[in-house]
Amino acid sequence: MSDLLQHVLNGLAAGTIYALVALGYTMVYGVLKLINFAHGDVMMVGVYVGYASAKQMGRDTSSSFLGVTLVFLLSMAMCAALGFLIERFAYRPLRDKPKLTALITAIGMSFFLSYSFQLEASLGGLTVLPGAAPRAFPDVITSQVWLIIGDVVVSNKQVISVVVALALMGGLQFLVFRTRFGMAMRAVSFDHRTAGLMGIPVDRVIALTFMLGSALAAGAGILYAIKDTLVQPLMGVTVGLKAFVAAVIGGIGHVPGAVVGSLCLGLVEEFVVGYGGSTWRDAVAFGFLIAVLLFRPEGIFGRVTAEKV
Amino acid sequence: MLAARRAPLFAFTFAVLAALGGCEKKPTAAAGGAAPEAPKAEAKPADPATPPADADTILLGEVGSLTGSEATFGISTKNGIQMAIEEVNAAGGVTVNGKPKKLAVRVYDDQGKPEEAANAVTRLISQDRVVAILGEVASSNSLAMAPRAQAAKVPMVSPSSTNPKVTEVGDFIFRVCFIDPFQGTVMAKFATETLKAKNVAILKDNKSDYSLGLSQFFTETFTKQGGTIVAEEAYSKGDTDFRGQLTVIKGKKPDAIYVPGYYTDVGVIARQARELGVTAPMMGGDGWESEKLFELGGAAIDGSYFSNHYSTDNPSPVVQGFIKGFEAKFGSKPDSLAALGYDAAMVVVEALKRAGSTDGQKLRDELAKTNNHGGIAGTITLDDKRNAVKPAVILQVKDGHTAYVATISP
Repeated sequence: MSDLLQHVLNGLAAGTIYALVALGYTMVYGVLKLINFAHGDVMMVGVYVGYASAKQMGRDTSSSFLGVTLVFLLSMAMCAALGFLIERFAYRPLRDKPKLTALITAIGMSFFLSYSFQLEASLGGLTVLPGAAPRAFPDVITSQVWLIIGDVVVSNKQVISVVVALALMGGLQFLVFRTRFGMAMRAVSFDHRTAGLMGIPVDRVIALTFMLGSALAAGAGILYAIKDTLVQPLMGVTVGLKAFVAAVIGGIGHVPGAVVGSLCLGLVEEFVVGYGGSTWRDAVAFGFLIAVLLFRPEGIFGRVTAEKV
Repeated sequence: MLAARRAPLFAFTFAVLAALGGCEKKPTAAAGGAAPEAPKAEAKPADPATPPADADTILLGEVGSLTGSEATFGISTKNGIQMAIEEVNAAGGVTVNGKPKKLAVRVYDDQGKPEEAANAVTRLISQDRVVAILGEVASSNSLAMAPRAQAAKVPMVSPSSTNPKVTEVGDFIFRVCFIDPFQGTVMAKFATETLKAKNVAILKDNKSDYSLGLSQFFTETFTKQGGTIVAEEAYSKGDTDFRGQLTVIKGKKPDAIYVPGYYTDVGVIARQARELGVTAPMMGGDGWESEKLFELGGAAIDGSYFSNHYSTDNPSPVVQGFIKGFEAKFGSKPDSLAALGYDAAMVVVEALKRAGSTDGQKLRDELAKTNNHGGIAGTITLDDKRNAVKPAVILQVKDGHTAYVATISP
């Protein structure tokens, strides 16, 4: 019984990380109908920025509340700038090309980020590219483990991740459906040419969406690194893929769907490990995706849209 | 107008993409840049088009993971090999066909991927025409390389791939380290005799031949000695959340946990195990060997044991001399992969000297005769299966370094 509870907690914690990454995927898809495969790698860049700034501040400063906030803000700001650049130079020139062109560019961008971060380079004593060696993320949030019922444990990091994920989901939902900017986003999503004709600054809306998505990725990445410690250039690939799967399961483009899909995926994986056999975990996770695509291709929350021919 | 303004942007994007495509297919591009701590990397590369027999240098090939998550494996090995080659060249090189020649190594990065490793071997053989190939560390990569070296009859010496299947590929494939059955047996013996463990849980990497081999041989010996494997869980390379597997293991209350993975995963596993309240000591193999283990595992990895090829505590003057030279050159203590890289290169050099020829068949025959070669990581005698027979050491992790615990002979 205590095992069951522990598995539920583990699964929810894993699902929350997927959810944070999936939110960025789903938001960009919602507006641009582009699956931004570089999203996971932007997250990885954010983690490295967080790593560097936490190291720079030293252990005592970075583990204070102000320090942690600063680590988050710095990394989110850097990633927003990176997201802007990626959109400006890689995606915008291809906006009127077939969707496949942009998709392939996104895959290229993903490789570009994850492989250039495996090189080592520094400019005047400042490390520009970190190299492939894995690192441990500094303990900016001192780990606390609480015992609840018997020997079931929950850590403060897991609680923080869950709270942040729910808050971000609420914030995004508010932004998309209750603000002028959100209205512009939805209009661009519906038809960006017509939106432009109606006086909506399409380029600016899309750029801001990308910056927001990338900043979200950075926040998610730091929470992920705090929880699971490991920092390495390929970390974005696996998480990015799982988050993408989760976003599709929830209905890509749908904000609460991304969160529900992610929590489902986290729980499914955890239960396969706990009760089915750990060798089957990824097979079942991707099997779950296939099943959703077969029986409900629009995802759990997605709406069926008729394709205009 | 619009189209004209956008043209340069297209050009830029395509240039980025083209550069990307280039990077991916050419492991060489990364090989030089990946290890700036060794600026004089891989000496002077001979002209790849010229067969080295005509030149003044003999070209050896090396394949390693200079980037990727096991990058320290490849970089350590490369540094060890570089040290050996520079020593040999400083002492006058080797005499082949009556002429003195210098040695050079052409290194390709495989990013830790088997398919890249196989491509690198093809390149070394068909383009660079190397005399012998050194590599890889990871057994999965060596297994991808070996059939190509065997088919081309170019001798391949793996410094540290311990999976038995590697040398079974053919008579041109050698190794200078012990093999998994022995390593798994050593840990099983240590678990029953020293740790007095009765129930052990296993957490293995399902994507790694090395990890699967080690856990299989550990299980065989451990159950034969009366122990029970209470749980056998798996993960895949790239995972960072092991809490599910560890929760299952926690429920089985083992006396010890065998984690025959690589250091990248092990450090994180240790942290999450302690977080979940699993206190049993962890045990592993030579895949734990990396300075990074201490950073990744923090205090959680303290008290764990692993089997290894050599210990820096070995008082032998040869070993201490090697450690001093290595530290002066690279600024860090050599791990066992560096020691084995050095040994592998030296075994090839000795065979070259004895053969007095760069002919693949002759070199192979001399390699097979390697007997009582005094290496850094133990004395090397190759058996009829081209495996080195040598003892293993057990090390314990203590406050950011390893302490010698025991030596276990075959």
